[in-house]
Amino acid sequence: MSYINKPKVAHPSLPTNALGLTRRQYEGAMSTLCAGCGHDSVTAAIVEACWGIDLKPEQLAKLSGIGCSSKTTAYFVAGAHGFNSVHGRMPSIASGAAAANRELTYIGISGDGDSLSIGFGQLAHAIRRNINMLYIIENNGVYGLTKGQFSASADIGTKAKKGEVNLTPPIDPVLLALSLGATFVARSFSGDKQQLVPLIQAGLKHNGFALIDVLSPCVTFNDHEGSTRSYTFTREHYHPVIEADFVPKASEITVDYQEGQALSVELHDGSQVILRKLDASYDPTDRSAAYHFIETKIKNHEYVTGLIHIDESSTTEFHTLNKTTKVPLNRLPFEKLSPGNAALQKLQARWR
Amino acid sequence: MPELARNADRTNDFAIKFANVNGTGSASANALIMKAIFRMGIPVAGKNYFPSNIQGLPTWYEVRVTRDGYAARSGRIDILVAMNAETYQRDVREVISGGYLIYDSTWPRSMLLQREDITVIGVPLAKMVNETFDGVRNRILLKNIAYAGVIAALIDVDLNVIDALLKESYAKKPKLLDSNTKALRLGYDYAKANLSCPLPLKVTHLDKTAGHIMIDGNTAAGLGCVYAGATVGAWYPITPSTSLMDAFKSFCERFRVDAETGERNYAVIQAEDELSAIGMVLGASWNGARAFTPTSGPGISLMNEFIGLAYYAEVPAVIFDVARVGPSTGMPTRTQQSDILMCAYASHGDTRHVVLFPANPEECFYMAVQAFDLAERLQTPVFVLSDLDIGMNDWMCKDLKWDDAYRPDRGKVLSAEELNKLDKFYRYVDRDEDAIPYRTLPGVNPKGAYFTRGSGHNQYGGYTEDSADYQFVLDRLTRKFTTATRYVPKPVTLGRGNCEVGIISLGSCDGAVREALDVLSRQKIDVDYLRVKAFPFTSEVEAFLRDHKLIFVVEQNRDAQLRSLLTIETAVEKSKLESILSYSGFPMSADPIVNGIRAKLAETPRLSVIK
Ligand SMILES: Cc1ncc(C[n+]2csc(CCOP(=O)(O)OP(=O)(O)O)c2C)c(N)n1
Ligand code: SF4
Ligand SMILES: [Mg+2]
Repeated sequence: MSYINKPKVAHPSLPTNALGLTRRQYEGAMSTLCAGCGHDSVTAAIVEACWGIDLKPEQLAKLSGIGCSSKTTAYFVAGAHGFNSVHGRMPSIASGAAAANRELTYIGISGDGDSLSIGFGQLAHAIRRNINMLYIIENNGVYGLTKGQFSASADIGTKAKKGEVNLTPPIDPVLLALSLGATFVARSFSGDKQQLVPLIQAGLKHNGFALIDVLSPCVTFNDHEGSTRSYTFTREHYHPVIEADFVPKASEITVDYQEGQALSVELHDGSQVILRKLDASYDPTDRSAAYHFIETKIKNHEYVTGLIHIDESSTTEFHTLNKTTKVPLNRLPFEKLSPGNAALQKLQARWR
Repeated sequence: MPELARNADRTNDFAIKFANVNGTGSASANALIMKAIFRMGIPVAGKNYFPSNIQGLPTWYEVRVTRDGYAARSGRIDILVAMNAETYQRDVREVISGGYLIYDSTWPRSMLLQREDITVIGVPLAKMVNETFDGVRNRILLKNIAYAGVIAALIDVDLNVIDALLKESYAKKPKLLDSNTKALRLGYDYAKANLSCPLPLKVTHLDKTAGHIMIDGNTAAGLGCVYAGATVGAWYPITPSTSLMDAFKSFCERFRVDAETGERNYAVIQAEDELSAIGMVLGASWNGARAFTPTSGPGISLMNEFIGLAYYAEVPAVIFDVARVGPSTGMPTRTQQSDILMCAYASHGDTRHVVLFPANPEECFYMAVQAFDLAERLQTPVFVLSDLDIGMNDWMCKDLKWDDAYRPDRGKVLSAEELNKLDKFYRYVDRDEDAIPYRTLPGVNPKGAYFTRGSGHNQYGGYTEDSADYQFVLDRLTRKFTTATRYVPKPVTLGRGNCEVGIISLGSCDGAVREALDVLSRQKIDVDYLRVKAFPFTSEVEAFLRDHKLIFVVEQNRDAQLRSLLTIETAVEKSKLESILSYSGFPMSADPIVNGIRAKLAETPRLSVIK
């Protein structure tokens, strides 16, 4: 029962962020997911990430579709509005919300079923429209909430809990996002908080559509032998290509990185992501190289993780293209919107 | 038809139909004739019957010249301008006995045009135009203007009025003005020299169109959205709703772009489909913007799931359904009122929605504004259900007026200060006992945060699978629908009010019903009339049903959907309701109403309807 609130007694010694808020104040309702579900780890990383960038809770809008993964918007940042919509259609809710108020920070949480089957079209078009939001897919290769059917991200040869083997090729959200021109594409693993937190922070700050595909094992339906989304399999085939550090605008940059091995990318608000390359040949700003690299690795069953592609120079963000006024549309005074009777009388000459 | 005898004088009272091939530019010639008659102070009604095709198929345009100011299709054709050889055979059949047929006699007159009881007039249009103008495309276009000239002479349209119209249209294109004027004279002079002008069917100046405009419903609705302060529009193109968003966009370009910065005070999003379009509307409305989507039947079918979410999670939304002929793809360019039940009960589960039924473009403008007020006041989706006839045809309407004192009703939205004063905010608690809860907008105050969900929730907004908690919310929604009757527009009534027989109708049937009432009254049959303007039905509807012994329900669909809705939602005895249906795809005319009522009354002599 997700509306049961956790006791919010703040311990005096708990560390606070620049807003004077503790991590507890970024938590949400009690999770009702299975114990050990990867999705809960993602929730924890989101809490940490939002606290770390001093995000005002009410500045965040949390959107989701339907699925175990989509439930998680209830489990973080209780001070933010949440919208648990319908299966596969969160991108359109996010697009409309972002159109109405360009000042909020939007986070969308979805599952592999929600995003790659029923919601495939909406995801693709939200990427194409370059909606300013962070979109997280909690990818477990199955439909958790409807009890373990294969999803479109299940690898060929994956064995379901009941023994059935998947024969159809998977859809990879990272390749999808790269091919559609997303300007921020990352992959991580729910169990790797160290990698995930800075990625989420950078994704929240990115001006445009940021996708993070998070491998997030389903302990109930997809954590057995023969599954390629189990904890064991994921750990064994985990290939961090690039490590990200997030440096907020206000902080002094003192991260230790070696010239030639690292790249720092300034985000639109002045904060930075520092990318430490583990693979010397890898260039995350080159989209086609990134695509090729990921594709090759997938063939070897390797999940490349980290910030796979970033383009901060893009000018295709929705409001930029739309030339929307800086004041959020939902705050424009009525006088600015309704032309008045004199204008109406003048206009009607054309219909006489 | 007894009515014809009455109209021995046909001045300013007849119908012309133009039969054309689509994609040949005939629309501007037909509009020119209609506009000129309108400017002469004579009421007109224009109906466009076009194919779902871009070029090469038959298309018709009907201009009814109506000194009585009737809005409906006349149902008979007095003059037919047959410019499409392919449809000669059926066109010639349509002309009423004693009527006229005009055709292009450049080519030998086909036997197909033989009819003893009408006057066939040949004009060598193509020949004249080809001798005068160059260029294939140019000749095709100007031939249309030439036949407009012939018609102008035949029915005696004031040439000064036409000249003024051409000057306005081509103010910035002197070359076109020149060629169009020339083409018009070509036809006009030919007719004057060779035909007996004018015909008995002619126009003379009246003063009945002052204070009126000619406008289509989609343009009026799009304009209404601008005036209502809508800032987000999301849509997926579909006939016959597309021109609504086109209109909104062009008015926004005129009124909503900052002259200095070029920045826009609006966002129009062409979605990937209707599922996405309605999702965007919900996202934007949830976030506090006035948002809408225009569509037609197939779009509503797709939107159903989201509409249920909006109903249950109480998110405002304004949806325009410009109805066309179903089922399925049906006849996309023909009109029908067959989405009534779908809109009233859209989505799975127990859902009921507010639906407004505009009867003409003027009401499209005002109801667009009302729809936003209702959606935000009631926190629910509101449909504006018009149809192709209203949406795409030019109707004569009273000048639109705007009250500068109007301020939008944003409903119960708590501000940051109001939230600070609250102990705790609960989304779905009925504090005012009107079944409308308070809502908050994202980004305002963390105290206002709540979780919007389509899954079972209690009045505090929390997830629930508890029967009592679930039912508590669902029952409040029923009461909220009752509250809606306080806000929706009341029906329009006409007649003595105490007749035994009544008519109930809605939307674009209005013109035909009013005309039928006049005809019946001249035949000494007295009938009361009520036009519903909204669902849920208000008490006036219930009273009308109670107070009449026999009620004809007039609507444009096969299944008598309004009649069904009345039997479901009111206390009326089913047997009192008699259907008069029209579902041909053409706008309704008065005839089936008059005939239907006379036939039924002949069977029911005990009703005292005769004056
Ligand atoms: C229209 C519709 N069809 C089917 C369902 C049933 N359904 C609920 S969740 C779900 C799959 C969820 O899978 P995923 O997005 O991967 O989330 P997970 O539970 O695995 O986190 C399905 C098919 C639904 N809610 N709505
Ligand atoms: S079924 Fe799987 S995805 Fe759903 S909560 Fe349980 S572990 Fe998580
Ligand atoms: Mg899944």
